[in-house]
Amino acid sequence: MSRVRLLFALGAAAAWMVIPLAAQHSYGPADIEDGGKLFRTNCVSCHGPEGTLVDGVDLGHGKFRRASTEDGVIRIIQDGIPGTAMPPNNFSDFQAGTILAYLRSVASSGRTALPNGDAARGKAIFEGNGGCTGCHRIYGVGSRVGPDLSDIGALRRVAEIELSILDPNAEVLAQNRYYRVTTKSGETITGRLLNEDSFSIQILDTKERLLSLQRTDLRTAGFLSESPMPSYRDKLSKAERDDVITYLASLKGF
Amino acid sequence: MKRRALLIFWLAAGMNLAAWGQVSFDRILAAGNEPQNWLTYSGSTMSQRYSTLNQITPENVKNLELQWMFQARSLEKFEATPLVVDGILYTVQAPNNVVALDAVTGRVFWTYAYVPERAARPCCGQVNRGLAILGDTLFMGTIDAHLVALDAKSGKPIWNVTVAKAAGGYALTHAPLVIKDKVIVGTAGGEYGIRGFIAAYDVKTGKEAWRFYTIPGKGEPGNETWKGDSWQHGGASVWVTGSYDPALNLTYWGIGNPGPDWNGDERDGDNLYSDCVVALDPDTGKLKWYFQFTPHDTLDYDSVQVPVLADMEWQGQSRKVMLWANRNGFYYVLDRTTGKFLTGKPFSTVNWAKGLDESGRPMKVKGMEPTAEGQQVYPGVQGATNWYSPSYSPRTGLFYIPSWDKYSSVFVKVPTDYTEGRRYVGTSPRSVVGLQGAAVNQRKEEEGYGAIRAIDPKTGEQKWEFKMLDVTDAGVLTTASDLLFSGGREGYFYALDGRNGELLWKANVGGGVASGPISYAVNGRQYISVTAGSSLLVYALKQ
Repeated sequence: MSRVRLLFALGAAAAWMVIPLAAQHSYGPADIEDGGKLFRTNCVSCHGPEGTLVDGVDLGHGKFRRASTEDGVIRIIQDGIPGTAMPPNNFSDFQAGTILAYLRSVASSGRTALPNGDAARGKAIFEGNGGCTGCHRIYGVGSRVGPDLSDIGALRRVAEIELSILDPNAEVLAQNRYYRVTTKSGETITGRLLNEDSFSIQILDTKERLLSLQRTDLRTAGFLSESPMPSYRDKLSKAERDDVITYLASLKGF
Repeated sequence: MKRRALLIFWLAAGMNLAAWGQVSFDRILAAGNEPQNWLTYSGSTMSQRYSTLNQITPENVKNLELQWMFQARSLEKFEATPLVVDGILYTVQAPNNVVALDAVTGRVFWTYAYVPERAARPCCGQVNRGLAILGDTLFMGTIDAHLVALDAKSGKPIWNVTVAKAAGGYALTHAPLVIKDKVIVGTAGGEYGIRGFIAAYDVKTGKEAWRFYTIPGKGEPGNETWKGDSWQHGGASVWVTGSYDPALNLTYWGIGNPGPDWNGDERDGDNLYSDCVVALDPDTGKLKWYFQFTPHDTLDYDSVQVPVLADMEWQGQSRKVMLWANRNGFYYVLDRTTGKFLTGKPFSTVNWAKGLDESGRPMKVKGMEPTAEGQQVYPGVQGATNWYSPSYSPRTGLFYIPSWDKYSSVFVKVPTDYTEGRRYVGTSPRSVVGLQGAAVNQRKEEEGYGAIRAIDPKTGEQKWEFKMLDVTDAGVLTTASDLLFSGGREGYFYALDGRNGELLWKANVGGGVASGPISYAVNGRQYISVTAGSSLLVYALKQ
């Protein structure tokens, strides 16, 4: 089975996967996805996308230093570990459980090893014929319209990066969705939604302008359902994609 | 529309789009050509805090009304001066979170959250006074002595360099100054026995380009003005933004007090370059000249004021001068080409010196220094003015000083030893006026008062005074319609007639004003912005 098909197979498996935990809860795909979001928002900066950055801890393989039961892990997520960098978190039992369920799903889907690519070649493709800097920015180079990828390797697993390249619509984070408004004078403005309230919208448009718009001046406003990013399945060869993935996985911010 | 006119319109629109949000150094140098923006801490590299906007006038200022507020998620003093670039307002909520706001509505585009090291220990509040910008990159100094570059469109960090060791008492609190391709900062920490310095960093990479120590090292000229090894921990901090004269290619910075602040026994000598203004070559950091306001200071009279540059007729000839109302109570005019003292006189009650000699050196009064029992000295420890931005209006020709008068402290001296990262001050003066005002004002008249003082910059003669019951930490803004905006600890923001000091308008802003106001315009409408308490407020004429 090719690597791509394997990935899709795993994705499909995740779609019907239900993770039972000892904490008398079952977590469905939506819960696991929620747990993944909580993990990426709250945990990756210390634990890393694979959950392996803290010495002696491998979250994706159920390897913990201080907990031997699932309830114990949930308690640590909630209470932190005094005297260490692990802070207490204001999560309910259920939310903490979704994080654990996500970690279990990571373990069961297997870890994607870093492909045997060349980061320097990947950078050249990214900035050259891949055309990636037309939307993405890395260390100050490229467009701000798409997500800044300067620390993508610290935030996302290799499998997730690969999936985004092959099938950008598979998962679009809420903050990365494109937004489009039409003004009453007929102008169409597309970009990233930065902020909104009952009366106004703040957007970074495709010309990289910070715009603040009053809703009373708009005819329509809303998210686009599709990611503007094309699939690179047919645009880059497997070797080229591996180079780009290797490059992106190496980006840890500064 | 005629075809040609249409073409010009579209060309102009296209050019605007290309320039949108991109602040070249030429734009900063010619900031007066675009008064709708506020591109550097004091409004221009000449640091006059003077706006050529004139929609708001003495006649209509009574129609000002609040347009929006931004409440910082911080209870620290809000000392930052915002930048405004093409309708976007950037500011810092203490200690070091940067926000980009719509300058018309105050709604947030992005926030950059910076978590300083726990070792950070700025002496007098976890404050920040603002940002610098070049191209589409913002620069901020942090209270843990880092310099951070941020993308102005997204708030994403671009680089972050350690300028000095936070655990040693170093901090960055002032707005950086961009000159050409470098960003310049100086280090605070005068109460921790630091050895102060000013340094320049490459705007693209954050690589240090040069460093000027504000205390000369062994073998360098000026080191002999420090007894023994006292120079190693002599303070001479920097915590207010300097100025720049492009024609002379000199950058000017005010230097803080020597340390230990109130015990000079172990640092005999003038203690250069503490309490000086230094003129540096911004390309190399080489010292071109210096002028010391308070040699061998034992009263904490930091010369950390904004160097205000003006070109004016002086005794029949055009002269490039620098106007300086010092914390020590004297007003000075210097020739900014050479550093030569031109004139000076007290602008507030002073009893530590009986005057200035021909070279501008104070003639000290014996005994007016800290003692074991305590000695009362005017001005007190907060000074006759401090870091609060003054303003010079080329229209009225007057220099405006936020002042404290009839204000003293009892200065006490005790022995002290240096320990890294610990206070190194030689006791603390008894001042009846604290760092922050109380919600209810119960101060007595004999404790002194605050005032906006307008003086003739050529003579130091006072032209008028606007007196407040309480003292002030607010800067001054003047405009091309002869308006003056300021505030004070009482929690009022007000407009005066810059020609005569008449009160024209005031608003209760619910907290002390501890920054300098600015003016900007969007879509042809003039705004006035100020901070009070932990909020930023923006006013414009009622429509």
